[in-house]
Amino acid sequence: MDEFNINLYTEELYPVPEDKLEIFRLGDDAYRTTLSEKHKNKKGWEPVNLKLIKAQIPGIMRKAYVKVGDKVNLGDKLVVLEAMKMKNDILATDKGVVKEICFKTGERVAKGEIMVRLK
Amino acid sequence: MSLKTKTSDLKKRMMDAVQGGGSQAIQKQKAGGKLTARERILSLLDKESFHEYDLFVEHAGKDFDMDKKYLPGDGVVTGTGTIQGHPVCIYAQDFTVAGGSLGYMHAKKIAKIMDHAMKLKVPIIGINDSGGARIQEGVNSLAGYGEIFYRNTQASGYIPQISVILGPCAGGAVYSPALTDFVFVVDKISKMFITGPEVIKTVIGEEISMEDLGGARVHASITGNAHFYAESELECFEQIKELVSYIPWNNSKTADPFPPKNPKSRTYKINSIFPTNPKQPYDVRNIIMAICDDSQFFEVQKLWAANIVTGFARMNGQTVGFVANQPLVLAGVLDVDSSDKSARFIRFCDSFNIPLITLVDLPGYLPGIDQEHAGVIRHGAKVLYAYSEATVPKITVILRKAYGGGYIAMCSNHLRADFVFAWPTAEIAVMGPEGAANIIFRKEIMGAENPDDMRKAKIKEYKEKFANPYVAAAYGYVDAVIEPSETRKFVLHAMDISKDKDVKGPVKKHGIPPF
Repeated sequence: MDEFNINLYTEELYPVPEDKLEIFRLGDDAYRTTLSEKHKNKKGWEPVNLKLIKAQIPGIMRKAYVKVGDKVNLGDKLVVLEAMKMKNDILATDKGVVKEICFKTGERVAKGEIMVRLK
Repeated sequence: MSLKTKTSDLKKRMMDAVQGGGSQAIQKQKAGGKLTARERILSLLDKESFHEYDLFVEHAGKDFDMDKKYLPGDGVVTGTGTIQGHPVCIYAQDFTVAGGSLGYMHAKKIAKIMDHAMKLKVPIIGINDSGGARIQEGVNSLAGYGEIFYRNTQASGYIPQISVILGPCAGGAVYSPALTDFVFVVDKISKMFITGPEVIKTVIGEEISMEDLGGARVHASITGNAHFYAESELECFEQIKELVSYIPWNNSKTADPFPPKNPKSRTYKINSIFPTNPKQPYDVRNIIMAICDDSQFFEVQKLWAANIVTGFARMNGQTVGFVANQPLVLAGVLDVDSSDKSARFIRFCDSFNIPLITLVDLPGYLPGIDQEHAGVIRHGAKVLYAYSEATVPKITVILRKAYGGGYIAMCSNHLRADFVFAWPTAEIAVMGPEGAANIIFRKEIMGAENPDDMRKAKIKEYKEKFANPYVAAAYGYVDAVIEPSETRKFVLHAMDISKDKDVKGPVKKHGIPPF
């Protein structure tokens, strides 16, 4: 196999950046290759916990319909999150008892932050 | 009035109109490293080829005292010209006039030159430099955008559409470039976003600079919205000229042929640029350059999804589109972004009669929760769709690994490649030898006295039997197993005899690609 010839112009060869090569595992196979920034920066996945009600969109906490200790059912209104010029009712994604309301009225909520914990 | 007076009156009117927003606004434009709208057009088009129309168009704003204002040309320059002899229609928004904002007549001028391009069947080039909708004109401004988007869609696949972002392009305005075929951006000058940093800060509370949100680098390397990235406007114009040389004027033509040239050649030991071990990396662009005319490869979307390489080259003077897995990045896997990138490129080539040459060396689709949740099923399907749908000559060369779904997707015989060639180093198999041996010989390996030795033996056995091109060749899925040095010869012959290829799919309104 070493005896293949191929026609190529030396000065224009793209070099292999040896110092940037990493081992990239795919199943039982391990490849030497470079990794893209996007691949390196990918976030780990967490299983969905329905007892944690997270903000799907950033906004401002406007009102709490419930207080700690209240029993809630699936679909009950928990808080109001103002976002995109709308007042959004945030509903319970599971039944349970309110363990914590994580924001006070008027506080800013970032995307993905836990707004209410149920137990 | 004599003709002389009338002519001097015309000249005066023209002088007034071409000054755009006046010397102060022009100075400001230049301070940002930007050329003016007319300078841009003149630097891009052939000397003395530009002919301007609708210079005396006036804006239609009535409210908010707009009727008292004079906006030369209503903030956009339109016309026709040539690029290296190729006819084009062109428009350039003039940021010095009311911030290049899009009012009703401004949009009408753009729509008119787009209609010309469609009728004349020549490419349309749009230079975007605009603060966005002209708020004073309200819904008429929105109507203007809508008219442009509709025309972009009608023109898609009929004439080439090129967008050049040389300033802000924000809000609704971004959707015209997004609908076009190629988007050019320039470092520190191009800014594209739906909502700018200010709005994001007030509505969402997130802080980011304009450059980090929607600068040239971001769109060229992260979002994939841009196809070409340049450091300066002049470099950008050179890129546009080069692109125009590779593509036809419209979908009923082929690109102008160039004089045929051999690749620049030097003989190498194969291992110095192409390791036969499928787990070792190399840069597939070297292989493209070894095959194409003059070793000149014009890469499209170089900085985004680099695990697949797409771009134009010539074979015996005729334009071809190369699609190649890049083993140097992520082992050349297909993932969400590389599927998007290649599928779109394939569809451009198919629309504009550009034969496709596919170089295959990939371990398959990328596994992972992030990929699955990002929709690798839907995005990955785009590659299958684009290749299956394409009726231009399709020539595939399998260089090394071609495993699993990746093998099928990369323009296999099954998706109607006209010719599939394989190098002797090709491994066409359902998966990599290690994984396959572990599944097929699981019982033998588990039951052996020394499972590791048994595993090694079985992997070797599998490799010898299946990690080659001959099993696929035995079924006729590979048309010829060829030596690497014969690749250009085989591809050229395949192209020569495919010239009159005429394949028509079933009659339908249109397909439903997995967008």
